[in-house]
This record gives sequence, structure tokens and C-alpha cells, in this order.
Amino acid sequence: MSVIAPNFKLSGFIKSIIDDAVWFLLIFSLIGFPVIMMVLFYIPMPVIDGELLTPFLAFTYLADPTRTLPIVQAFMTTDMFKVMAFPGFGFAALLAAGTIFVERKMLAKLQLRVGPFYCGKVEGILQLAGDGLKLISKEIIIPAKADKPIFWAAPVLFVASAAAFVALIPVAPGWVVADVDMGLLAVFAVIGFFPIVTILSAWSANSKFPFIGGIRALFQMVSFEIPLILSLLGVVMVTGTLNLSEIAASQSSFPWIVFLPVGAIVFFITMLAELERIPFDLPEAESEIVAGWLTELSGMMYGLVQLGTYLKLYAFAALFVVLFLGGWNGPMIVPPFPMELATEGIELGPVTAKIGGLEPILSQVITQEMINGTLMFVLKTVGVIFFILLPRGVFPRIRIDMLLSLGWTKLIGLAFVNIFIALALVYAGVLGPGGLQ
Amino acid sequence: MTAELPPGLAIQKVDERIMTLNVGPQHPGSGHMRIIVQIDGDYIVACDPDPGYVHRGEEKMAEYRNYITNIPHLERPVIHDSCNVLYPYVLGVEELLGIEVPERAKYVRVICSELNRCIYTMYWLAIYGIFLGHSTMFMWPAGDRELLIDLMEKISGARVTHAHFVPGGVRNDLPPNFEEVCLRQVNYFEKRIKEYAAVFYDNPILISRTRDTGVLSREDAIRLGTTGSVLRASGVDYDLRQKEPYDVYEELDVHSNVMKEGDSYARSKVPWLDMMESCNIIRQALQKMPKSGSVRVKLKPNPKGKGLDSVYKRVESGRGSLGCHIVSDGKVEPYRLKLSVGSFRNLIALPYLLKGEKLGNMPSVYWSLNYWPVEADR
Repeated sequence: MSVIAPNFKLSGFIKSIIDDAVWFLLIFSLIGFPVIMMVLFYIPMPVIDGELLTPFLAFTYLADPTRTLPIVQAFMTTDMFKVMAFPGFGFAALLAAGTIFVERKMLAKLQLRVGPFYCGKVEGILQLAGDGLKLISKEIIIPAKADKPIFWAAPVLFVASAAAFVALIPVAPGWVVADVDMGLLAVFAVIGFFPIVTILSAWSANSKFPFIGGIRALFQMVSFEIPLILSLLGVVMVTGTLNLSEIAASQSSFPWIVFLPVGAIVFFITMLAELERIPFDLPEAESEIVAGWLTELSGMMYGLVQLGTYLKLYAFAALFVVLFLGGWNGPMIVPPFPMELATEGIELGPVTAKIGGLEPILSQVITQEMINGTLMFVLKTVGVIFFILLPRGVFPRIRIDMLLSLGWTKLIGLAFVNIFIALALVYAGVLGPGGLQ
Repeated sequence: MTAELPPGLAIQKVDERIMTLNVGPQHPGSGHMRIIVQIDGDYIVACDPDPGYVHRGEEKMAEYRNYITNIPHLERPVIHDSCNVLYPYVLGVEELLGIEVPERAKYVRVICSELNRCIYTMYWLAIYGIFLGHSTMFMWPAGDRELLIDLMEKISGARVTHAHFVPGGVRNDLPPNFEEVCLRQVNYFEKRIKEYAAVFYDNPILISRTRDTGVLSREDAIRLGTTGSVLRASGVDYDLRQKEPYDVYEELDVHSNVMKEGDSYARSKVPWLDMMESCNIIRQALQKMPKSGSVRVKLKPNPKGKGLDSVYKRVESGRGSLGCHIVSDGKVEPYRLKLSVGSFRNLIALPYLLKGEKLGNMPSVYWSLNYWPVEADR
């Protein structure tokens, strides 16, 4: 590796960070600070708690945690925060970006390459940002004969479907965007959207290769949806609920993969097919049909589809974790936050610093269970994503007839075997009411 | 209007079920060529390979250059296999001019030729891997190829287009200490390519995808005039290094790899086995090579043939039999030069193999024919 790598020095890296920080401070103090002061000077200031909000006071608000923390806490309990940031889109997009980075580096290591290396100084960590910038700045070319409104709408619909899927995933106890009682049915409904969006995009492009790719995607997704749904019925039988949060909570002592390994295997394979990952990437088979249903997409339309694909990957991995690996359950490894620091304050020599708003936010929003649950969930999800990525370096692509025979015969048969195992476990009294759980 | 139109001009009846796909020339699954594929659902009903996009007129160019200046451009058709492409030309010119080649030069030629065969086959294998969607099999051969490219760079000074063979021997002697380095690199290379079995050739998905697809029977292989690995994968034991040994191949123990199946899998496996055989040949040649001596007979400037004369020589290249027919009329340039290449002869089998196959089998069948578009167009 040292042959290809430039001379990386930690001191140089630290120096570059310090340089960046100095430049940021300089530019902020020269431009940002005066701008903020001018804005605060010219806007008529409100009167809060009997005193006029002067610019100085406004800055103390920014710096005073006693005043900002309740606002943060109020914001974190809104639906907007859940949708945009934590269990929703932002969290999923962050994990998806990490997935792309890990995929590139891992595949590179497997193939005796270095992968992205120069962009962002450390192991090409900014390569994805560079790719995104490139896609945004590219011209979007629409085929002349395309059905334009549908062709425009398809990538957006794809991302929307993937985001709807993400919204159904419970990350930590109580941390889910949409806590639906029919959660698993909602998941099946959302999964059913993907083939429709795919065939809409492929057909509206009015081009041969996207059309073949779209038809292949339709075949693949529709025929693998049946074993996908059947493989999850076992979990529904033993838990007796369709609510994903309750399914996750029911695995506090052991994950369902212990009792239903067949279902887990079937679900994993169908998951690979639904995600169009190698060895099931027939809809994008490069050497046969160029890029399949993505052939005519250009610029940010392609970028949106890629974003949707990786959101979908995260959502499927998370669904596997919730259904079979126990979701957020796991050993409590996060130490409890020393609450006396929040209630009694921190002694700094002669002064005791007491942060007022810290105690409610720690006991109500960012609790120890929430942090530990999220950590467990992320660890398990990353593990599942790793196993989703791994076949890409090992397997070639399979053929459509082999794929269909696999889906319609072997996987459906195995899914029924799994259902019978679940039935046997419930009737024998091992699981379910009166059983172990 | 009863006159028969040529097949390309005749108006074809359009069947609503049939979709025509132009695979290439701008398609990741074609080389520098076009395959016009007609599909009915997922099945290929007709296939028309359309080469000629990289025709450069090598044969005509050769008529305007003398026997020495022909060397650099004649290796252009397959730059990865440049020594083997030059080999029949150099042998032919030597016979035309009546030159006796030193013994050591013959061994150096054999070593270069086998190294180049491996370099070409690794490139071919890399593309075969990515055609099947196996990206690791694209990166590994492309990387391991560097071992042998480094060796060829030590010998000739150039990484791909070596222009190392000249009438009368080779351009330069081997560098000092070459035998040790070569032995070490070749042994490591052989160890590496044996590892490919685990990830590629024994891969169950690969086997189920390529077994019994594009089957070329022994009779058809002979009738269609295929050569090289395609012929040997169909069960015909035909290797020019054995059957018509040139230079010092008769003194070396050459084993040819034959498989009986004649399907894509066999056609993809034979070149891989050939690479191991090449490693064996290189080791033998290094052992038997005279340790010192001249490697080149100096020619006088602008050599001429002796009156009206013609010569045909052929060698076993990475893609099969590669022949060169030189006609001389006593001038400094050849009167006519004709290359008979294995790629073009193997391509003829493509429409027969693809008919009735599934579209998903097209890349594997197409590239298993050991076909190099640039060489076929010349």
C-alpha cells in the first residue's frame, strides 16, 4: 500500500485541520460576525422576561445552555425532528453514506486495490461528496421520445418510497417516525411500490435497454415479494402482532433468528433480490443491457435513484434486524450519565457550574436506554449491511431463468417450511402465550 | 424486379414479437464492434456480428514499408499479445531473406511469446469476469498481469508494445540476472492464477451459468474453422506448438489442454489452463537456454527478398492460429502481406452459438470465443 499511497503524516493531517479552523474563524469574524451584529441591530428586538433582547443578550442566549436546552428538547420531541433527523431521513442517509464508503473501501481491499484515496485527505472520505457535487452539476438529458412527466417523477417517487420505508423502522424504544399498528403490512405495501416506480421509469424512457431492464426488475421484484412476505409470517405467528416496535420489544431475551433460522435465510436472499444487489443485479446487468432501467437517467435523477437504492438497503437491513436480530435489545453497555452533574452542578474550583435544562433532556429524551438501543441497532444493522455488501466481491450475476426458478420453487418451499416450524413452536407451547415469552 | 437483392438490402418482414437490439459499438458489453441481436422475449432468434469499426488497413500499410519498419505497426492489432502477432511475420521474413537465427535468440523468443500469451489471456480473463458481473475477477487478473508486464519491460523496455522481435533474432539480449527474477515472478504468477479457481472457476453460480450454454460440438468446431482455445475446448487436440513446432518448441515439452464439453465454461477454462502450461514452458526454456551467445544477426540496411517469392508461416497465439502470408517481388517492401487471425475465425461461430440462447448468456458466449475485435479488423 505504501507504494501507491502518498506520504500520509498525522502531523500534516492535524496541521491541515488547524489551518481549516483558523481560516473558518478568520472568515467568520470578518464577515459573519458583523453581519449578525448588523441584523440584530436593525431588527426591532422583542422584550422577553421584562428585558429588551439586545444583541448582547441574544448572544448570551446562544451561549447560555439554560435557555437553549429546553428549546432543543422541545424541538427533539416534534414530529419534524423525527422525520428529518433522528429515526428518519437524516439518520438513514448518514448510514447510507457510510454504507457507500464502506462498500467502496471493502470491495477495494478484497480486490487488491486502494479504492477512493485522494479526495478528502483521509482514505477518500469525501469521495461521496465529490460524486454528489458532480451529479448535481451535470446536465439532465431527457430522451426526446420520453413520456416526460412520468420520467421526471419516477426518481422522486423512488426516493419517496424508500423514505416511506425508512419511516416505518423503529430504531430505539419509542423512536420511530410512524408507529403503525399494522407496521409489517405497511412495509409490504411500501415494498409493492418499487416495481411500479421502476416499470414507470423504464417504460416512460421509451428506450429498449431501460425497457428490458424494467421488465426484468418487475419480474424479479414481483416474484420475490411472495417468499419475502411468507418468510416474515413466522415472526408474526410467534409474536402475534404486526407492530414493528412490539416485534422488536418481544425479543428482549432472545432474537427470533434462534428459532426461525430458515425464515431469516429466506428473507436475506429475497432481500438481496429486492435490492438488486449482486448476484441478483439483473435489472442493471451492465454487459447485457447497459445499465438496465437506469440507462437513460442522467445527472441528479440518477443520483436520486442511487440515494433511494441505498436508503432502501438501510431499510431492509434494519427490517432484518428488527424482525430477526432483536432490534434495539442487547446488553447495556452505555454507562449511565452521572445525573448529579445535572442536578447539583459541576464544581470547578470556587465556582459551581449548574446547567439548568440538562436534567429534563437527559431523563426524558436522550435517555440511557435510547442511546444504548440506538447503538445496538446501529451495530446490528452495520453487520447485516456488511453481509449484504459481501457477495458483490464473490459472486457473478445469475441469469433470469435461474433467478425465477429460485424464487418460485426453492424459496417459497423454504418459506413454508419456516411457517410450519413457527406453527410447531407455537402449538408445542415453546413460544407464544404460556411459553418462553 | 425479380432480381435477387443482396441479403443486406432485402426488405425484411417485420415480426411484431421480435425486438432488434444493437449491442455496440457503444455498449459496455461489446468490444469495438456491433452485434445485431434479434430477441423474442428473452430468447435470441438471430444474431449478426458486425465487425469493422477498428479497421486500420494494416495489410495495405505493410506494402509501403520495408521489412524492418513494418515491425512496430504490425503489432498494433493486439498490443497485449504483440510478440505473438509479430512472430509469424518475423519467421516469414527470415525465410524470405534466408537468415539463420542464433540458438539463444530462439529461446528468448519463446519466453517472450509465452509471457505475452499470459499477459493477453489475463486481460481477456479480466473482461470475461466483468462480463459475468464478477468485479473481483476483473481486478485480480488486471493486477496480476503487472508481474509479467514488468518482466517484459525488463526485456524490451516497453510495457505493452514491445517491438522486440526482429528478423534475425530479438532486438536486445536479456538483462543481467534475468533468469532468477523471471523464475521468481513466474512461480508467483502461477501460484496466483491457481487461486482463481476458488473464486471463479469453482464458483457454483458461474458453473451453473456457463455450463451447457453456447455448446459448440466437435464437428461444428472443425467445420466452422475455429482455432485455438475454442477448438481445444470442443475436444480437438490441435495446438500449433505441438503439431507444427516452430523455433525451439520441438525441444520443449508442450502439453495442450483439451476439454470435451465445448460450452462456455470449457472455452473459458482452457485459456486459464494454457497459462499454467505457459509457465511450465517458460521454466523449461529458462533451463535449456544457452547461457551466453549472440541474440541477433545484423541485417544490412533495406533488406530485399530474392525475386518473386512467397512464404506462409503460422504460430499459436493467445487466440489460436495466427498466420502471415508474405509475397515478395524482390523489392525492399513486401508486395503483399496477409494476416490470417484467430479472432476472425472464431467470431464466425457466434451466430451459430447464440441462436436460441437467452439474452443473459450473450456476454459469456461472446467473450468465451476468445475474440479480439481489433485483431479481427486488422
